[in-house]
Amino acid sequence: MDGTTDKHSVGAVTPRSARFDEPLRLKSGARLAGYELAFETYGTLNADKSNAVLVCHALNASHHVAGFYADEPQNVGWWDNMIGPGKPLDTKRFFVIGVNNLGGCFGSTGPHSVNPATGRAWGADFPVVTVEDWVTTQARLADQLGIRQFAAVMGGSLGAMQALSWTIQYPERIGHALVIACAPNLSAQNIAFNEVARQAIITDPEFHGGHYYEHNTRPTRGLRVARMVGHITYLSDDEMASKFGRQLRHGKLNYTFDVEFEIESYLRHQGNKFSDYFDANTYLLITKALDYFDPAAGHGGDLSLALEPAQASFLVASFTTDWRFSPERSREIVKALLDNRRDVTYAEIDAPHGHDAFLLDDARYHRLVAAYFERISREIAAP
Amino acid sequence: MNEHAMQRADFAAIAGWIKPGARVLDLGCGDGTLLRYLAEQRGGAGYGVEIDDDGILACVKNGVNVIQGDLERGLSGFADGSFDYVILSQTLQAVRSSERVVREMLRVGRQGIVTFPNFGYWRNRLQVIGGNMPVSGNLPYQWFDTPNIHLCTITDFEDFCRSNGVRILERIVMSGGSAVHVLPNLLGSLAVYRFERA
Repeated sequence: MDGTTDKHSVGAVTPRSARFDEPLRLKSGARLAGYELAFETYGTLNADKSNAVLVCHALNASHHVAGFYADEPQNVGWWDNMIGPGKPLDTKRFFVIGVNNLGGCFGSTGPHSVNPATGRAWGADFPVVTVEDWVTTQARLADQLGIRQFAAVMGGSLGAMQALSWTIQYPERIGHALVIACAPNLSAQNIAFNEVARQAIITDPEFHGGHYYEHNTRPTRGLRVARMVGHITYLSDDEMASKFGRQLRHGKLNYTFDVEFEIESYLRHQGNKFSDYFDANTYLLITKALDYFDPAAGHGGDLSLALEPAQASFLVASFTTDWRFSPERSREIVKALLDNRRDVTYAEIDAPHGHDAFLLDDARYHRLVAAYFERISREIAAP
Repeated sequence: MNEHAMQRADFAAIAGWIKPGARVLDLGCGDGTLLRYLAEQRGGAGYGVEIDDDGILACVKNGVNVIQGDLERGLSGFADGSFDYVILSQTLQAVRSSERVVREMLRVGRQGIVTFPNFGYWRNRLQVIGGNMPVSGNLPYQWFDTPNIHLCTITDFEDFCRSNGVRILERIVMSGGSAVHVLPNLLGSLAVYRFERA
């Protein structure tokens, strides 16, 4: 796809970078002396700075949320169908910010960056970062941009966990949270999939204990398998069946270990594509951030207690065929919000695509998000 | 529209019962009109439960809180006694497990409010005597496409309450938007009840 033909595109965009010299104490106890965050913005910040929306990314995405790069028109933002003039998150009304999270591999400080203590790339020594750490750094970016309160923080999957964490960490700095395809923590099964992905990477001979940059190599085979495993969990069984079924690549069985079924070809393609552009150490870090996220853990497992500080209004949405973060998990969040008497709307969207549905262009889903942002827009106009 | 006017009438009756600032849960809230009306009239925190996608969207446009779900599957997402009032407006006659829904209403809410079309209304009786299932302003469906599977009369509902441990606190019977005091089961087209656990 090429972004230049979409009249609802934010158009050509330019990434920016913000430098932070105030040391950051991470949840793990580790300390970063300074760091940089890559980010993009779309739309215009209004005079009283009340129309800013932060969009948080999930596992494999970046600050490039919408639009395209002038020199690379096929590089369209990962949530471009959601964000733009006339789109559900309308950039004619809202000032939208996308950030590449700390530890990322698209311009923010991460494992590929130079560790000032050694003069070498951090590699596996880059400290483990958590959802809470990301939110802290996003708040610092907001400070730099002069944004005291976000009209909304929005995300799907791991991005939604950040939106949820915002409401707990900075309750007075977020008006609305759009929490889409989320879970209040990972299940044992979720963690298990992540562990398979990590083991695929770590046991790749090219991993070199995470210091593969120094060996001028990359654990692409491990990363490929990690992505293949992940991808299976993003799709529903039905979606896979209707897309691929038992279709054969070459029309007949060849009795080999080469690609025979279309699904094998698809997974290999996804794995190859991903291993070309994504960093293995970042993948490890992000899966750990997912595993660790559990706001209720500090409250005896009581999510209602964990969400007690929240003041935001919430849109929680799940997808019926999402088995990775099933609707039941979203209902746990809704229950906790009801216990705290927060404003909450919960939609369970009947979509066939599984977890990936949050990224796709589904009319019911997009109409809902559009209506919710219209409500936010009305509140901004008449506080 | 006739139905709309009638709905407004039962909204006013419900609003009259609800204490300002009370917590309200509206089951089968549709587009959220009642919740919005109550928020404007009474303030307080309201939530709706609705199964239909279009209803959810309309509620968001109406600026009211709504939880998508099937009330037939119970209200397990809602804690005991977490609402002052649980409302079931023009929905009782369309639920499969009426007893369970009323029981859940009184688990989650301190009081329940129910409105339903009175099947004992004389025009309905007349149509049945005439040989047809009734079709009217508040029973607008044909027998073959009606969602109303559990229609009842005022007498039926009160018997139901007695045998289900439900104490009726207040009743308003209406016809054409005004209250009916004489022979309500015959002259009233719409019944509105407020009740609690006996």
